[in-house]
Amino acid sequence: MPKMTMVQALNLALRQEMDKDDRVIVLGEDVGLDGGVFRVTDGLYQQFSDKRVVDTPLAESAIVGMSIGMAAYGLRPVCEIQFSGFSYQAFHQLENHAARLRWRSRGRFSVPMVMRTPCSGGVRALEHHSESREAYYAHTPGLKMVIPSGPRNARALLVSAIRDPDPVIFYEPKSLYRAFREEVPEEEEAIPIGTSQLAREGSDVTLISYGSMMRPTLEAASLLKEKDGIEAEVVDLLTISPLDDSLFTASVRKTGRAVIVHEAPRSFGPGAEIVSKIMEKSFYYLEAPIARVTGFDVVVPLFNRENAYLPNADRILRETRQVLAA
Amino acid sequence: MPRTRIEIPDEIEHFSILDQEGNLDSGLEPNIADETLLQLYHYMLLGRRFDERLLSLQRQGRVGTFAPISGQEASQLGTAAVLRPSDWLVPAFRETAAELWRGRTMESVMLYFNGYSEGVEIPDERNDFPISVPVGSQILHAVGIAWASQYRGKDDVAMAFFGDGATSQGDFHEGLNFAGVFRIPVIFVCQNNQWAISLPRKKQTRSETLAQKAIAYGIKGIQVDGNDVLAVYAAASEAAQRARAGDGATFIECVTYRLSVHTTADDPKRYRTDEEVELWQQRDPIKRFQKYLVTKGLLSEEKVAAAETAVKEEIQAAVDRAEEQMKNPGDPLYMFEHAYAQMPPHLVEQKEYLARALSSQKKG
Ligand SMILES: Cc1ncc(C[n+]2csc(CCOP(=O)(O)OP(=O)(O)O)c2C)c(N)n1
Ligand SMILES: [Mg+2]
Repeated sequence: MPKMTMVQALNLALRQEMDKDDRVIVLGEDVGLDGGVFRVTDGLYQQFSDKRVVDTPLAESAIVGMSIGMAAYGLRPVCEIQFSGFSYQAFHQLENHAARLRWRSRGRFSVPMVMRTPCSGGVRALEHHSESREAYYAHTPGLKMVIPSGPRNARALLVSAIRDPDPVIFYEPKSLYRAFREEVPEEEEAIPIGTSQLAREGSDVTLISYGSMMRPTLEAASLLKEKDGIEAEVVDLLTISPLDDSLFTASVRKTGRAVIVHEAPRSFGPGAEIVSKIMEKSFYYLEAPIARVTGFDVVVPLFNRENAYLPNADRILRETRQVLAA
Repeated sequence: MPRTRIEIPDEIEHFSILDQEGNLDSGLEPNIADETLLQLYHYMLLGRRFDERLLSLQRQGRVGTFAPISGQEASQLGTAAVLRPSDWLVPAFRETAAELWRGRTMESVMLYFNGYSEGVEIPDERNDFPISVPVGSQILHAVGIAWASQYRGKDDVAMAFFGDGATSQGDFHEGLNFAGVFRIPVIFVCQNNQWAISLPRKKQTRSETLAQKAIAYGIKGIQVDGNDVLAVYAAASEAAQRARAGDGATFIECVTYRLSVHTTADDPKRYRTDEEVELWQQRDPIKRFQKYLVTKGLLSEEKVAAAETAVKEEIQAAVDRAEEQMKNPGDPLYMFEHAYAQMPPHLVEQKEYLARALSSQKKG
């Protein structure tokens, strides 16, 4: 199997889906000749022409709004918003239309589109290029919200997102784009949206995370084993909404302890929802209060202070030890 | 008569005073004090050399990602120079020369592009907004500022900067429309530098000019040679007068060129030719202005050399000061300041948590 970066793996998913299905078209700013500012769409324009890989004028609301129309007509638009920080220009289209056209037309119309967008921090970028706002989309009824954590699952999730009958927000943690390579099979592979995965088995404590925070979470799990002899189980959510609670419910019932890790701001973040699910389904199994390790409720600071903002293995380790000590 | 003609202004003026070589159309020479002309020259040179220095520092890892301005000095300075200190400048992200003119220090620019929040601190006496990265979004703020000035009966104007790409955004159209409807004293400065990252101007809009978009909103539009600082200055002066006189907004399209990369993360070889860049290098705004000033007797070869030396020293001193300041990484807890007028309890808690986490991290 070839080893790929996340950028290459996403490119593979797009290429294969476009090859198979002429309803799939790619549109966005600089996605054509330039191949996207992160090169995720590199070479697609040459292979599929400017009819299917469209460099649009600079207008996010238009990109998303027109994707809605195209999807309703029967195409499968995969639009790119250059950075998630610029997806808010299109938010009203998502909230008012993409998310509810099926509902409003009582099933007559649907919006099988994907909005791909690089998210989160960690690359020493300019302002507005480092936010994690998955909660906005997860909070919007009618949208699906997916965040991969590595090349292989990114490819397999994007395939499912493109084939999904409903609008999918596909967050790509930009710090992972070229952070590491994984073997990605050439032959088709899809992970159903709405399924989490076990990233590490263990019996002492459950760590729940996703996206960019999977690496520090797994690092903390190794440190726990190495330094404390603790076996942490790690759940990778992969989809934020609809949230698959089956794995972490089973895990928390086994371990009695949970720590949730995300880069997004703390208040009203995905962690709050996960805590609620645990309280609803596993309260009587808990042996300690649940902890959250998260970003703070401020704007992601300019990059000189960004490392202090981002959760890291050290913070996860400390919080987990407290949960274990309780 | 079921089909009648409606007369609307259907022409857009293109305005230039200096030709490609810097020769003057003397009938159009604006009345600008010698001192101002030399100041403009100084800032154009400073803008260019500082840009070059930032680029080389960036390549050495001593500056983060930034958007170079080379080639756009005349568009930025000819416009900003007509503002009074009490006017408001609302930049996009490629207006470093205009910001320096307004009194922003080079240290501040360096700190900002090195990820130091200290680089966004704005002294009370400067009515300038910080850089705005989300394309086109700042246009509306400028209209709001100018509207408030009008409400207060002041003659302060606001000047919004943005690029050719921004004219595709809804915010742009909404801003021009409001400015027209409410006769707002705002000046829209579009730096049409031919590219929005990899998208050429011709693929941004089917319109022949960007300036003509003003017609639809009932405001004055003009296209100027953005590499001709005299024409830019003259057009901006007219716009400021119009605004202050209560005659509403102006949209100035400055036809210019981004000689450098979009940002330091960009590779323009993927989408544009060297020949095109060379063509625009021949229209260099600084060379043209220099020629004019020499002909006018305000500059000479020696004076140009002296100006280059002065600018170089000024930049070196600023780089030294900035690098000295950056030896102090700054308190990470500063990220919690200025989130709200008063820090709410949950942020107090988070700040204390981070303080504890950082100190125990240090201890290991
Ligand atoms: C709303 C929004 N979308 C996308 C981007 C990414 N981006 C930054 S600059 C740019 C092109 C801007 O072109 P133009 O308005 O012509 O300004 P220029 O960069 O040429 O100065 C893009 C797409 C952004 N910053 N904001
Ligand atoms: Mg441009």
